[in-house]
Amino acid sequence: MDFVSIKKRLLKFSRSAWTPFAAIPIALGIGAIVLLIAGYNPLQAYAAMWQGAFKDRTAITEVLIKATPLIFIGAGLAVAFRCSIWNIGAEGQFYAGAVAATAVGIYLGDLPRFLLVPLVLIAGASSGALWGMLAAFLKNRFGANEVVTTIMLNYIAIFITGWLVTGPMIETAGLFAQTAKISQNAWLWRFLPPTRLHTGFILAVVVALVLYIIIFKTSLGYTIRAVGINPEAARYAGINVKRKVLLAMAISGGAAGLGGAVEVAAISYRLYQLISPGYGFDGIAVSLLVNNNPLGVIFSGILFGALRSGAEVMQMNAKVPSVLVFLIQGLVVLSVVAFGVYSYVSKEKEE
Amino acid sequence: MELIPSILFLQGILAATWRMATPILYAAVGEVFSEKAGVINIGLEGVMLIGAFSAYSVAFESGSLWLGLLVGILAGILSGLIFAFFTITIKANQIVVGAAFNMIGMGITGFLYRSMYAVSAVPLGLKTFQSVEIPFLSSIPFFGEVLFKHNIMVYGTLLLVPLATFVLYKTAFGLSIRAVGEHPKAADTVGVNVVRMRYVSVMIGTALAAVGGAFLVLAYADQFVEGVVSGRGFIALAVVVFGRWKPWGAFWSSLLFGIFYALQLRIQTMPDVNIPYQFLQALPYLATLVVLVGFNKRRVQAPKTLGVPYK
Repeated sequence: MDFVSIKKRLLKFSRSAWTPFAAIPIALGIGAIVLLIAGYNPLQAYAAMWQGAFKDRTAITEVLIKATPLIFIGAGLAVAFRCSIWNIGAEGQFYAGAVAATAVGIYLGDLPRFLLVPLVLIAGASSGALWGMLAAFLKNRFGANEVVTTIMLNYIAIFITGWLVTGPMIETAGLFAQTAKISQNAWLWRFLPPTRLHTGFILAVVVALVLYIIIFKTSLGYTIRAVGINPEAARYAGINVKRKVLLAMAISGGAAGLGGAVEVAAISYRLYQLISPGYGFDGIAVSLLVNNNPLGVIFSGILFGALRSGAEVMQMNAKVPSVLVFLIQGLVVLSVVAFGVYSYVSKEKEE
Repeated sequence: MELIPSILFLQGILAATWRMATPILYAAVGEVFSEKAGVINIGLEGVMLIGAFSAYSVAFESGSLWLGLLVGILAGILSGLIFAFFTITIKANQIVVGAAFNMIGMGITGFLYRSMYAVSAVPLGLKTFQSVEIPFLSSIPFFGEVLFKHNIMVYGTLLLVPLATFVLYKTAFGLSIRAVGEHPKAADTVGVNVVRMRYVSVMIGTALAAVGGAFLVLAYADQFVEGVVSGRGFIALAVVVFGRWKPWGAFWSSLLFGIFYALQLRIQTMPDVNIPYQFLQALPYLATLVVLVGFNKRRVQAPKTLGVPYK
């Protein structure tokens, strides 16, 4: 029995560790076929993508910059997914964080740096957490399916942002649909000039690490995962399922909101309608790709950052539309699925 | 408001309601089949996009709307086959596969659209399905405008809903679909092929979702744009819940959403209303939330094995 379970564990480990390496070539392969059909040269396209992501130090730092929001979001989603809460709402939670961070960065701009930077980040994280907890509340209290509610909350967050940047928070000149710049005291440190690499990237890695420890090395994380595997059994074992659901969504939303705050405080310095080009959706694939392991998210976040960063260069140089990345990401998830990582574990087997 | 303008206002809203409800309704009725058999497909949004793009491109190239619709349906069935393979044969988590389908739908249609049409110098508009005015009835004041001046795909919902009800509740086929969603083991014991029934139900679902997507380009707007579905696939999921997993329930609840869409469009065009347009745009999504929250008790009527693979 022991031997069997060890063998099983090893098998499972090797499968989940190798899955990403197998899934990506498959996805790129199918992507190549689509490129061919649409009349592009796939080799040329992928070469441009590679070039764009890794050609020099600046390109590589841009990959890490693109990876930063993905790591925040992905690490948070890993926690929610481990709890079997299908949070599709990271996009809205990211927006909620960006809005709160911008408001603090503008309206409390006179505060000294050592106060303002933490305040901006805390505002972003708590705002994202609240937006996430709203969906958890609706699920706990009313049984509303979180897949649908989080998606609706995405739209609502984006529309609210659109209203803020064209109305109450529009820049003083009022020329563009964007807010004024946040106070310089709120900016995160870009520590590798002339590149834009900033301390937010390091914070993202730290957050991923902390979430990894919480979910895999603490009893709290154990209970969250227990709820995810079988809520009925968890309830029977005396775990307060609803509270775990709320907590998982708070962590997930908080991480996404922090990502939004960092994006404002380190890159854009202001809020505008399209501050996220779909990071919240990329984050889903980022987490799924590494079997919802926050530590693995650092790796998959950088990978997807490279895909995104490379795709932009591919669009410029090889004239291949960068939306191709969404297709590749979806295919990555499907290939991961095909390796059986997300196969349903029937209750009979568990017992 | 004066009496006449407010009647005209109401008439405009109600006439648009049915039209706005139509794409959601096709997708929702399809999803009823899928969910009745125990498979939840949150990838509806992606499938609708695929249906919309294939229908548009074929209709545009061939000049035939019907051919476009047909190919859109075929693309929907193919998507369903792939979805079913992953969720039923591989037994992968249905939510994960659905999320992947949304990304794929967005990616492939956006990519092909930008490759094929975004830079085109040729005008991209289709000659869409035109309203068919029912003789005599369409000249009835008020009701004529609201009920009898629609295009064929809107009228099609009047055929779809009773037909779906009949199939689900009056035929052996429908009984099998419901059985594999409620109690697959029992169905299996009496000789129903659970896997096959679920495959078929999923494919009916995606075929109809594709029709909903095709409606948007063949009978509503006259061309494809990226993100043309804009959340209707997700709203259809809520409509299924609100409609208690029944075709007629889906009909009435999608009309409710149609009202919100129609209101939003109508109010946006009124110069003397000073509500920020973003609030109006958020209306259907907000309504979805309210509906899910307000009618949660109907959850108990969800098919018992929804989301659970068999064996």
